[in-house]
Amino acid sequence: MRGRLTRWFPVLTLLAVSGALAQVDSIEGFEDPELNARYRDLIHTIRCMQCQNQSIAESPSVIAAGLRREVRSMMAEGRTNGEIRDYLASRYGDFINFLPPWRPSTWLLWIAPALLMLGGGLVFARVLRARMRQPMEDLE
Amino acid sequence: MSSNRANAWRFAIPAIVLGVLAAFFLRGLMLDPAYYESPLVCQAAPEFSLPDLADASRRVGTADFAGRTVLLNVWNSWCAPCREEHPFLLELAASGVPIYGINWDDERDKALAWLHTAGNPFVASAVDEVGEVAVAYGVYGYPETFLIDGDGTILVKHFGPLTPEDWSGKMLPAMEAECAVD
Repeated sequence: MRGRLTRWFPVLTLLAVSGALAQVDSIEGFEDPELNARYRDLIHTIRCMQCQNQSIAESPSVIAAGLRREVRSMMAEGRTNGEIRDYLASRYGDFINFLPPWRPSTWLLWIAPALLMLGGGLVFARVLRARMRQPMEDLE
Repeated sequence: MSSNRANAWRFAIPAIVLGVLAAFFLRGLMLDPAYYESPLVCQAAPEFSLPDLADASRRVGTADFAGRTVLLNVWNSWCAPCREEHPFLLELAASGVPIYGINWDDERDKALAWLHTAGNPFVASAVDEVGEVAVAYGVYGYPETFLIDGDGTILVKHFGPLTPEDWSGKMLPAMEAECAVD
């Protein structure tokens, strides 16, 4: 019994996630492949405000569908990605974009990873230098 | 002496880092994740004109309430929090507050049947078939209620059911206060 379950586990897992994948694939788009690719990229970086940690590409909610429709119609009007993002941010706030803007209130957010890397690197270098100064036999 | 100081720092630095992180996380826990500050507050209400729920050949829109302070309520017949606030909306309407509705993500028959049984607090409801007005107003759930003044400025955007406390604590003071337009 256990062996059979183990054998089927990958298949069951794939079945379990296929629903989510189908959702993304069945999304309306553009005939033009280039425009369609741009559309796909864009909707993957816009937050579904109702579901928060999903993009509007992944969410089956009605509001996500409304937002995708808005993105499509703005793209059809020839607006740039930046203009579309700005418009959505003007209605929903910056939180709707997975890429937050660069401004004083978000400086910390953007540079925090670099600061953490730098801090970690300094600690690492110090520890390493201290260890290198120790005689070999101390480490055994 | 100097090794003592080094030892003190060895404990102080992680403690400070932990403290700062804890402060951020604690604040994060206390925020309501479903609530966002709307950039639309103190901005002009986006203009719209949509089919009337009661009569699809007529239009309902911002032009209908220009010059008056109104509530604009995003609702549908099946959402539980909309039903929760419904009695209070009826009460407000009875006391003379003009309420306009945006019926979104609903079916006309069901919406009309619900208003027929539960009572209709709306002067008129606009049917937003594809969610275009909902997106223009930055709506991300139902119900949402906007307080719009006679100049067409959004004074309050309220997410979730409207309670008497929200009305007296948020809406009424906003009508008195000057909107800080930036």
